[in-house]
Amino acid sequence: MTTVLQVKDLAKHYGALKAVAGVSFGVDGGTCFGLLGPNGAGKTTTIEMIEDITAPTSGEIYYKENRRAGSFREEVGIQFQHTALLGFLTVRETLQTFADLYTRPHELDDLIGMCQLEDIQDRYNDKISGGQRQRLLLAMALVNRPELLFLDEPSTGLDPHARHELWKIVEEVKAQGKTIILTTHYMEEAAKLCDQIAIMDFGKIIARGTPEALIHQYCGGPSLTLPKQLLETVKPHLQYSYRESGDKLEIFPEDTNECLARLIEMGVDLSDMTVRSPNLEDVFLTLTGRQLRD
Amino acid sequence: MNVKRFWAMFIARNREFFRDRSAFGWNFLFPFLLVAGFGIIFDGKVYKDYKVGVFPAERTLPVIATGDLPVRFQHLQPVELIGFKSLAEGLDKLRHHKVDFLVELGPRPYRYWVNESSPKGYVLERLFEGSLAPPVAGNSARRIPIEGLEIRYIDWLFPGILGMNMMFSALWGVGYVVVRYRKNGVLKRLKATPLTALEYLSAQMLSRLFLLMFTLVVVWTGCHLIFSFNMVGSYLHLALVFFLGSLSLTALGLILASRGTSEELTTGILNFISWPMMFLSEVWFSIEGAPRWVQWFAQAFPLTHLLTAARKIMSDGAGLVAILPEITVLAVMSVVFLAIGACLFSWTR
Repeated sequence: MTTVLQVKDLAKHYGALKAVAGVSFGVDGGTCFGLLGPNGAGKTTTIEMIEDITAPTSGEIYYKENRRAGSFREEVGIQFQHTALLGFLTVRETLQTFADLYTRPHELDDLIGMCQLEDIQDRYNDKISGGQRQRLLLAMALVNRPELLFLDEPSTGLDPHARHELWKIVEEVKAQGKTIILTTHYMEEAAKLCDQIAIMDFGKIIARGTPEALIHQYCGGPSLTLPKQLLETVKPHLQYSYRESGDKLEIFPEDTNECLARLIEMGVDLSDMTVRSPNLEDVFLTLTGRQLRD
Repeated sequence: MNVKRFWAMFIARNREFFRDRSAFGWNFLFPFLLVAGFGIIFDGKVYKDYKVGVFPAERTLPVIATGDLPVRFQHLQPVELIGFKSLAEGLDKLRHHKVDFLVELGPRPYRYWVNESSPKGYVLERLFEGSLAPPVAGNSARRIPIEGLEIRYIDWLFPGILGMNMMFSALWGVGYVVVRYRKNGVLKRLKATPLTALEYLSAQMLSRLFLLMFTLVVVWTGCHLIFSFNMVGSYLHLALVFFLGSLSLTALGLILASRGTSEELTTGILNFISWPMMFLSEVWFSIEGAPRWVQWFAQAFPLTHLLTAARKIMSDGAGLVAILPEITVLAVMSVVFLAIGACLFSWTR
């Protein structure tokens, strides 16, 4: 697999503030690379430097093994986190306007169909819902058949249904072999869409890998949750790490089967037990002691 | 310069203008209302610029008995008489500059009151005293009317109103709109495409030029049909002057649009530029008697040259040679403003 994008020691300083403090990573072609982190971690600044919207303080960016050339803008599609649209244009006219800015635009009807905009294509672009607007922004990012697609917090502010609709489209784009760089602070989004993830915090990448590898590396296997009143019963025999959380007792066994067998052996009532698999939120919590949405 | 990209931006901006019905309507309605208003005020009448209060009398059309007021003063064309019931009421109006001069009707010697800080009051006092003095034998003067077509005030004012509308439309339609687009992220989104700054700015400028000329034709035609303005010169020359005037004003708007994300600051700067330009470019009144430095300062505004040339064509039938200085200045200003605007332009800051 070829590396489409290579970033080396990328940094952005605003006076004394180091918004991005020297990040390096590569993105393979046809994969979805996610930058996961809380608000203010430096995700947007990082991808805006790669997009050539913001000038980096230092560092190097290589696209297809070369520095970004004039053709870079023809080959990338960008969905910004916050953007307004040209006023008094319908959805279709908005897409047509952007299509006319490129030499190799997408066939408009196909694009409208793919992004589920058929029903609203003749509506003004400021008279559509949040989910429809995000799908329009995604269509705008796809209007030039990009080889590399940047999605900056694409589902922020959407309700669960609209978010899942958007994810379906992104998965469809991914299935076409496009390379995607995605920023998000939703662990579900990162886990669902991304092949590789870099977790960012305070302008730095603090962990990197596939979602599964990160979870396995930092969180191990599933945890078992029991009512807290059982603590006194199980504590003398507990050989695993555990955490008290509200009225719950969360146990982190190295071997789930062995732990369950032991609890049964102790005669612990397991009718209120829940088993929870760790996720990227737990990875972030383990790495930083904070939650992603903190 | 990619024509397809330029055209996409040109069409998008025009659609925005024509579909924003309230702003679109106001662009035509505002100059038309101004011209209509002044047309009604000046239609077949001489503007009475001096207001003289008289008492005791009825408020409107006060009846003046013979001898109550010097006859020559009473019939001065620019003097409008306003009646008051009492001295107190008249003095109150005089003190607040609602009237320029106050006279008591009836008994002689006449009694009058004047506000020392009122320039018009000074003139009226001289006129009042003059109307009382008997003619001096042998000290006569001969009245010689000017020949040719009469230039009404409304004829003089009309190009001023059109020019002023152009100025506001050019400065705000480009300067303010582009800053708003920078602030809300539209420019940032466009920067992420292959569109160049030159293509974007050219589209903005030509779109505004097209809209200005379109507005001009509609307002001109409408006003001309109703008020029948004097137009002695060539329409082609006038179109050239208005085109260059629009170009220079739009280019000035591009300088204001080149940087900044604060709509409040841009509004302040736009007001800072447009208000002096409106007053010093002779939209409403001549600055013939103003200090020399004021007249020189006025030359820095494109609107000054636009209106000078337009009035020369409309009122005097001036040809290309006569307006060459103005169109040269407008062309040079356009190029200079464009160059500055293009150099300073930033998509995001």
